[in-house]
Amino acid sequence: MASFTVESNPDRLAVGFARVLRRLDIATPLDSVLTFINALSLVGIEDRNSVYWAGRTTLVRRPEDIAMYDKAFNVFWEHRESVEADDEEQLKVTLALDTEDEGSADGNADASDDPTITLRFSGVETLRDKDFADYSNDEMQQAQQFMQSLRLAGPPRPSLRMKPTRSRGKRPDMRATVRASLAASGEPMRRHWVEKGDKPRRIVFLLDISGSMEPYARALVRFVHAGVAGRQRVEAFTLGTRLTRITRELSSKDPDRALRAAGENVRDWSGGTRLGETLRLFNNEWGVRGMARGAIVVVLSDGWDRGDPIVLAEQMERLHRVSFRIVWVNPLKVTPGYAPLARGMAAALPYVDDFVEGHSLDALEQLTKVINHA
Amino acid sequence: MSYEPKTTQEVADGLAAHGYLADEGLVTAVFLALTLHRPLFLEGEAGVGKTELAKSIARWQNAELIRLQCYEGIDAAQAVYDWDYSRQLLHLRAAEASGEAAQSGTAELEGQLYDERFLLKRALLRAIDHGHTTPPVLLIDEIDRADDEFEAYLLEVLSDFQVTVPEIGTFRTDNPPIVILTSNRTRDVHDALKRRCLYHWVEHPSFDREVEIVRMRVPEASEVLARQVAGAVEALRAINLYKPPGVAETIDWAAALGRLGITEIDETVLDRTLGTVLKYREDHSRVRDHGIAGVVQQAFDRGLLHG
Repeated sequence: MASFTVESNPDRLAVGFARVLRRLDIATPLDSVLTFINALSLVGIEDRNSVYWAGRTTLVRRPEDIAMYDKAFNVFWEHRESVEADDEEQLKVTLALDTEDEGSADGNADASDDPTITLRFSGVETLRDKDFADYSNDEMQQAQQFMQSLRLAGPPRPSLRMKPTRSRGKRPDMRATVRASLAASGEPMRRHWVEKGDKPRRIVFLLDISGSMEPYARALVRFVHAGVAGRQRVEAFTLGTRLTRITRELSSKDPDRALRAAGENVRDWSGGTRLGETLRLFNNEWGVRGMARGAIVVVLSDGWDRGDPIVLAEQMERLHRVSFRIVWVNPLKVTPGYAPLARGMAAALPYVDDFVEGHSLDALEQLTKVINHA
Repeated sequence: MSYEPKTTQEVADGLAAHGYLADEGLVTAVFLALTLHRPLFLEGEAGVGKTELAKSIARWQNAELIRLQCYEGIDAAQAVYDWDYSRQLLHLRAAEASGEAAQSGTAELEGQLYDERFLLKRALLRAIDHGHTTPPVLLIDEIDRADDEFEAYLLEVLSDFQVTVPEIGTFRTDNPPIVILTSNRTRDVHDALKRRCLYHWVEHPSFDREVEIVRMRVPEASEVLARQVAGAVEALRAINLYKPPGVAETIDWAAALGRLGITEIDETVLDRTLGTVLKYREDHSRVRDHGIAGVVQQAFDRGLLHG
């Protein structure tokens, strides 16, 4: 760690500081460090603020990282408070993610020794309508393979990017026409055309990870992972006591690693829900600004909201105004005699275009269909 | 050759002399961008003065400002170069009519056609092929609106400052433009592009700085009014609004009040001019629910010169 020695060589200081940042998961590539060293040679290392800003402009690339950078800066350059404590705490919370309630931390290793695995390997078929809440760890593994086979596409939307076309009467392609007319001594005999191309619609997943959703969250996060890994334009966020963007974490090809990484970022796993509030954050920070515009928004939640339902309704209305379609997945919908009694659910429902189940693999397959034909 | 400031203070003074009051962080970022010759990537809420910074740098350096507004589907033909097709066709027809086409072969005709005089230079090419001694300021505005393909192209241009037109050759410069990129963060710009750049997250200014900005941009506003406007905006930002007012709105508002001949903010004034600051109906009702009196009170307190 940053054992502070009296070091006045800016190069070594810079490299040491970069190492601290990397430990805090701020991506610090070597070329940035070199730029930082150059910057230090320009502003000097005598003045605290100059060093601070030189580092922030060269080493930080996302506003989310600023708080962490500040912390690291305090520790490294000013030799104050410890970064470590916070970091480790975060790690511990995540371990709950992959394990059964009574399971040990390395649930996967356990599973391979478990004789039941051969018995159940026979197929996803038996699992198809099983409620995720009743899943064991190995079943979750199998289900994951199935989820990866679900292809999320979504209906395309017209793109502004042009592509050549054979059909006449679209927009003339002057470039190609001029080129062709060279061969006909300047007579534009053969005319070429372009038309607007297609482009997949963005899909945004908002995944509720509060306590009431815990049994389903484990399964649904895998479903979202399959969506993010298989396709370019997918974004994923978790809704809990705060809003966390997990697109980057989920984009690695190895789902388990991605899940662990996502869990690390999600500190509020099984906390409480303030759906309306977090949705407001999403709308402000990302959604209404552009991410949800023309997108298919999939909310995975049971609609239990401890906050004010009016806030939720207001934010759903806002989201509805900018998005192409809102799909709400509620695993509780399958419960016999279910009526959307949760206050939050009732408040949100008027703005939901498709209200579907999400408790089992069959239901997820159904959801894929809904998204693809939205 | 491009100008390099010696100290950060020089940057602060230069920008201030041309109507832009930047805080220490932004000044350092601009200083480093100019001395390390790196593009500067600015992110932040709409209306915090990202675009204005590029304009001010251009005024300060007495350089040409070349602006490339990004939008979805933007491609090389709109950002780098295109051919002037109608003139090309005319040229071909003229060559045909004069019998020149018959004499010279297709190859020669083609050579004439893809000549620099038929080339329409767009923003990126103009910024490279500028021909000035003072390099221009290239503002690539709202890069988050363009799509990934364009980003990749931009990355190539920004790393070598050269553009190749297959029919003519390569344009390059050893006097590269000052590049400012802005993003409203509707999506994440690719890391590779960000790594080429220096990064700065632009915040709303502090109260005192905002007062200074208003005084500078709206000279007809009295100091009391400037302080009240900044105070009211500060109060509005503290309420949970969809779109908290940016510096641009503060300036607009002060100018509007000045035009109306108003010297002090009261409840009627605030109520009537709220539309210059807040652009959502929901935000208006939120402020009214929250209580206009409270906002006015805070504005009044801030307006007092001694405190």
